[in-house]
Amino acid sequence: MNEAWRYFLLFFGASLVANILLIRFIALCPFFGVSTRLETSLGMSISVIFVMTMATSVSWIAWNWVLKPLGVGEFLYIPSFILIIASLVQFVEMVIKKTSPPLYRAMGIYLPLITTNCAVLAAATESVKPGFFTKLNITYNYGFPEALVYTIGIAVGFSLVLILFAAMRERLELAPVPKFFRGVPIAFITAALFSLAFMGFAGMFNL
Amino acid sequence: MEKERTLWGEFSKGFITTNPLLVLMVGLCSALAISTRVENCIFMGLSVIFVLTCSNVIISLIRNFIPDQVRIPIFIVVIASFVTIVDLTLKTIPAVYERLGVWIPLIVVNCIILARAEGYASGAKVSHALMDGLGIGLGYTVVILTMAVFRELFGTGKIVLFDTTVIDLHIKSMPVILIMFPGAFITFALFSALLQWYQLRKKKKLEEGSP
Repeated sequence: MNEAWRYFLLFFGASLVANILLIRFIALCPFFGVSTRLETSLGMSISVIFVMTMATSVSWIAWNWVLKPLGVGEFLYIPSFILIIASLVQFVEMVIKKTSPPLYRAMGIYLPLITTNCAVLAAATESVKPGFFTKLNITYNYGFPEALVYTIGIAVGFSLVLILFAAMRERLELAPVPKFFRGVPIAFITAALFSLAFMGFAGMFNL
Repeated sequence: MEKERTLWGEFSKGFITTNPLLVLMVGLCSALAISTRVENCIFMGLSVIFVLTCSNVIISLIRNFIPDQVRIPIFIVVIASFVTIVDLTLKTIPAVYERLGVWIPLIVVNCIILARAEGYASGAKVSHALMDGLGIGLGYTVVILTMAVFRELFGTGKIVLFDTTVIDLHIKSMPVILIMFPGAFITFALFSALLQWYQLRKKKKLEEGSP
């Protein structure tokens, strides 16, 4: 029971309390780039969840079975993690191209962007190195199941906010907004209000 | 008419015409997260300038030997090596390293650096790439510093640099929200609205000038 509760807290903390977009500002570039339409953000969310889970699993294995035993983790983790992510993205791109051409047309330009999606690298790095766990009050032992739960939490938080925000932005197009605030500035103001709302989650469970 | 590329032109364009944050809208993530304190911004700005300039120069040097299909992985490896240098160097200052945290490895995926490598340095002379790196890096640093000064000064009422208080407004209740998360979005929104206002005004003036 206690163990299950801890996993729940980990998931909850990663997805809502320390939401990767609104609270930690990681991966804002694809966020503002993709979120103009609901359809593309759905596709983006699915591929981010997929890539992120794979990337963390592979880099967790690389860190614990290869880099750490060899004693080269401290100065090789950045290049090796980013290479793992880049090759995974290439793989996902090929799969989508073969299986779903319409999705590929919609996502084509954004898929290479996942390589430079900070959230993927951040999840991979933090699952093996101390990061946000020190700020939230969660015990984390760097085991594989924990890394997986944490990553899926981050990915779900990312997708949730991306989809909510895309729906909001479609309405913003029609809203009467002051001339200087059209476009990007009003999107940021909206994000600020979202962020304010998400700060409320920190009060639950005393995290 | 092809405009002559001068070294100064390559350097200065990073400030306004192709400012990475306000105009190109890349590299936002770190800018918003770091700009709570002026001190963080100084270190972050220096790291970005270093990585950007070095990777620009190296990529421009090897641009003729890279096969086109594998260019992105090669760029990333070059950038990642310089980020590792920064990572290990900053580790010697534990207080700063702890506060910047995951943002140091994340310089690798800072869109500014890959965008400049792919869009500029892979097709430019070494001297131009060097100046471009310095200019864009400085443009980024200036914007995050301005944001940080605004947020720290009005969010906490004073600016603390290396444990010494530089400016103190002596006001008790400041809008704390500016240094919290929504404050980053609000500050950036104000900045980009300001830029939009400036551009609209310039456009209007041009139209009035030539009927």
